Amino acid sequence: MEQPSPVSQIKLHHDLKAIWDTPPGWGFLSAVNHTVLGRRFIIAAFTFFAIGGVLAMLIRAQLATPRSAFVGPDVYNQIFTMHGSVMMFLYAIPMFEGFAIYLLPKMLGARDLAFPRLTAYGFWCYIFGGSILIGAMLLGVAPDSGWFMYTPLSSSTYTPGINADIWLLGITFVEISALSAAVEITVSILKLRAPGMSIDRLPIMAWYLLVTALMMLFGFPPLILGSILLELERAFDLPFFDPTRGGDSLLWQHLFWLFGHPEVYIIFLPAAGAISMMIPTFARHPLVGYRAIIAAIIAVGFLSFGLWVHHMFAVGIPHLALAFFSAASGLVAIPTGLQIFAWIATLAKGRPRFDVPMLYLAGFFVIFVIGGLTGVMLAMVPFNLQAHDTHFVVAHLHYVLVGGFVFPMLAGAYYWLPHITGKVSDHKLAVPAFWLIFIGFNMTFFLMHLTGLLGMPRRIDTYPAEAKWEWLNLLSSVGSFVMTIGFALFVLDIILQVRFGKAFRRNPWQARSLEWATPTPPPSYAFASLPHVESPADWLEPGSLGNDLAAGRGYLGFTRNGWQETLGVGMTDGAPDQVVVLPRSTTLPFWTGLATGTIVLCLLFKLYWLALLPFAVTITLLLCWTRTTGAQSDLGPLPIGRGQTALVHWEAGQPPSWWAMVFVLAADATLFGSLLFGCVFLAMIAPGWPPAVIVLPSYGVMALAAILMIAAALFGRLALRDLNRNRAPTAWLGSAALAHLGACAALVWIIAVDVVDPTQHAHQATLFALLGYAVLHAGVGCILALYGLQRQRSGKLSPIRNLDLRIGKLWHDYAAVAGLVALVAVIVLCWSAGGRP
Amino acid sequence: MPILGTSLLLAGCGGDLSALDPAGPNAHNVATLWWIMLWGSTAIFLFVSLILCLALTQRGQRLLSPRWLLIGGGLAFPSVVLVALVAVSLALGERLLVYANEAPLRIEAVARQWQWEFRYGDDTNIATLDKLHIPAGRPVDFAVTSDDVIHSFWIPRLGGKMDAIPGHTNTIRLMADKPGTYGGVCAEFCGEGHAIMRFSVQAHEPNEFNDVMQQLSASRAERQQ
Ligand code: HEM
Ligand SMILES: [Cu+2]
Ligand SMILES: [Cu+2]
Repeated sequence: MEQPSPVSQIKLHHDLKAIWDTPPGWGFLSAVNHTVLGRRFIIAAFTFFAIGGVLAMLIRAQLATPRSAFVGPDVYNQIFTMHGSVMMFLYAIPMFEGFAIYLLPKMLGARDLAFPRLTAYGFWCYIFGGSILIGAMLLGVAPDSGWFMYTPLSSSTYTPGINADIWLLGITFVEISALSAAVEITVSILKLRAPGMSIDRLPIMAWYLLVTALMMLFGFPPLILGSILLELERAFDLPFFDPTRGGDSLLWQHLFWLFGHPEVYIIFLPAAGAISMMIPTFARHPLVGYRAIIAAIIAVGFLSFGLWVHHMFAVGIPHLALAFFSAASGLVAIPTGLQIFAWIATLAKGRPRFDVPMLYLAGFFVIFVIGGLTGVMLAMVPFNLQAHDTHFVVAHLHYVLVGGFVFPMLAGAYYWLPHITGKVSDHKLAVPAFWLIFIGFNMTFFLMHLTGLLGMPRRIDTYPAEAKWEWLNLLSSVGSFVMTIGFALFVLDIILQVRFGKAFRRNPWQARSLEWATPTPPPSYAFASLPHVESPADWLEPGSLGNDLAAGRGYLGFTRNGWQETLGVGMTDGAPDQVVVLPRSTTLPFWTGLATGTIVLCLLFKLYWLALLPFAVTITLLLCWTRTTGAQSDLGPLPIGRGQTALVHWEAGQPPSWWAMVFVLAADATLFGSLLFGCVFLAMIAPGWPPAVIVLPSYGVMALAAILMIAAALFGRLALRDLNRNRAPTAWLGSAALAHLGACAALVWIIAVDVVDPTQHAHQATLFALLGYAVLHAGVGCILALYGLQRQRSGKLSPIRNLDLRIGKLWHDYAAVAGLVALVAVIVLCWSAGGRP
Repeated sequence: MPILGTSLLLAGCGGDLSALDPAGPNAHNVATLWWIMLWGSTAIFLFVSLILCLALTQRGQRLLSPRWLLIGGGLAFPSVVLVALVAVSLALGERLLVYANEAPLRIEAVARQWQWEFRYGDDTNIATLDKLHIPAGRPVDFAVTSDDVIHSFWIPRLGGKMDAIPGHTNTIRLMADKPGTYGGVCAEFCGEGHAIMRFSVQAHEPNEFNDVMQQLSASRAERQQ
């Protein structure tokens, strides 16, 4: 194939725009572009922040005076539950996702993220899920069991209404969006970078986001599992958490905090990444301790999964475990402190320049350090037992969340807004806004430490006047209104900047990272051509580089076939190894999101059979996504500019979608691991064991199921082998589908005949869950095998274009392994309950 | 001196729920730990702020070499502080268990929406609602559990809290130094009545305590006839 001929800068711009732009009008539903969706995520998240803020004001209005009659406990419980849930799930996580989606490709020197349609699908899931929660609140049936939804309070016995279901289903729905973002961010960082950007040249933000995304992949599954189990209990009476039937409310706490603790670092790390990008700019010095920081964030990532029990010190944990988790919780202060000192060192080495973002970062330093110190205090068991569940904890958590997330995000807003809008402001309101927020915040929450130590529990709607918390609470409430005025000024300032800001040419802060090498505001394709990076990507010359790229003097400075192209590189060395062709604007993600939302609504209203309909629609739509991918002939190496060539991604060895499947399976395996943990936990710790009736599984049918699962995996591999030898894989694919189906049937048989009634006791319920997990995986395996057949029929497979079957193989293998483990677990659980033959 | 001043101030404004106005060995230990941590944290906070100010104003360049900041400030300093702190708190925590040679009294605290029932000694016939009687100067082992959802048993002036979890029984040992009345609350969110799920604790002289027990058992016997 010949090299597409060079064109003028203006023509290149128009050619690229024609391909990448989102259609106008109703076309907004079809947006898949990261710049567009990043902006939407940020705006939506900020809207939810405002909603959460209004709820916070209601809380403070209620608590301003003793024996307040503003709202009753029923409403108050909804208010604080929604405040916490909105802030954590609908503001903090999506806000960082928005920042990441908008910035990441530009920082990495790519034109978009790896899976644009997934970005869009995640966005719609988020919007629909969030709307369900807010809608329920407006109707007065919001969740009211606290943001950590402890059972049995959230079980149907004590919360019979729809309230808890709204939380479980709505939040899980939003979580889909978080997980898709996590897969996407991980794969994009690992594969979609500018050539030459080896792993040791990554901008520091990419490291932060990589660790964050990996933490999400392993942190969210326990909560998703917990939500599924609790919803199964609420909807179908499966007693996972019911202490009268062998369940245990502590299982919920473990699953929740296994997610919940990493969650706070998932929120903090991206903010710390933003700080690590801003500080060097204003210090005019490269980040000190790049490698030490990477080590620190990886350490935080690991440590944060070993700390969850510090939220459960009062549940009656053995002493040795208390000591262990206490020490581990203190330990996490070290890598966090290291980052703070690295930022200080950068400032000390450089020549700091002051501007609005720096002011907000100073606020971050003060507040976050205090939050960190109270965190260490709370890690000390004897003190924790006093302060736990009081307003001391409320103070602490806001110091870390507002200090560690809100302030850096405000700084980031001022720092990157010029990039989004192409305008700078003269900051008339930014400074008074800062002082109002900063003073108001400290007034609200500093005093709350004391309120808590004076014995005020959290989550109470009223308190007696004798308690002597009157003045402190009143001052806290006044402070919170001061803070709100500050936020209002901030919003006003942003609006003014967007409307009336002055335009600028390029790079107003003289930053040194790649995102400032795009034109501002950025065009849909971000870079007219992709850079070759030869030094750390945090310290480039975006000004001159930007001109070169706009003139098309980098990679892919041309258009071909109307494709949206960007480059994939080797994970570590950053050498270009494929041309990634990205999907263009489509409304499919919107419709798929809508169908998924309909499933959620059906489940909410307990229309379980009806839910099968939108479920089928969702699967069909998801399969439709693949219609436009791939090709019917082999293309071979394509020119990518600068005299180099690369294969198109579906012909390449390890394209993004292959890696995506690997990470999806890692998250899936975590969910399965959590399920195994739950089964063992119940059998060993829960009250009410052994069960009255013990299941005696039919070993013959189990053996059959095992053989069929192994066969399915084998057939999947044989299909791939035949394809690679240029023989039609049809027969093997068909057999794989049949084997999966057979495995499903055998497993269902075991459930129906041996387990019989999963509502009897947690013993039966856990077996049901394990077998159900295996059924689901065999079912999806069947669909994937059929999908392979369909690809074969439409001529999209060849020995070179064998990606679909390789992805299928990953799944079939995993389904077999997980299914076998599930079967072994079933046997072990039956034997240990006393059902030995 | 400032410590004294602040504690007086706080003690002055502490209600009957103030953890900073300890009335038993458990709460005393925690209050001590708190004051140590408060002043330690204040010092650390001022120290970090000072370094930040020096960095921002470009002073003390030699002191602030990156190596010193990262290894000294980022690693060595927090490690030393943390080891010391964990050791102190473990020591204080273990002391909570062994503070008396007298055999502890056993009281069952059963929580339900939204009240506390206390059952005394081996004779569980003696029970009170939302009112707890204990002997002063003698350790009490509370066996805490719940009949419905999770609650948490907390008498701030005597010591830390313990969750009341259905299906589990957790034990916490507390002691009141002197006779007196102390407040108790449910600390774990338990539904609409959470805010009003309070109880009061009456610590008696040992003889007086026995009298109260006898009265309770007598009045119960009467009611049963
Ligand atoms: C804008 C200013 C804010 C104010 C005035 C505020 C105020 C409060 C108050 C008073 C409570 C305690 C409610 C109670 O225990 O009865 C609370 C709880 C909470 N807040 Fe905030 N908050 C603010 C911002 C935030 C932000 C930015 C986040 C997270 C990113 C957040 C997360 C939470 C969480 C997770 C809870 C616990 C909810 C629960 O107990 O279920 N808050 N907030
Ligand atoms: Cu935690
Ligand atoms: Cu309670």
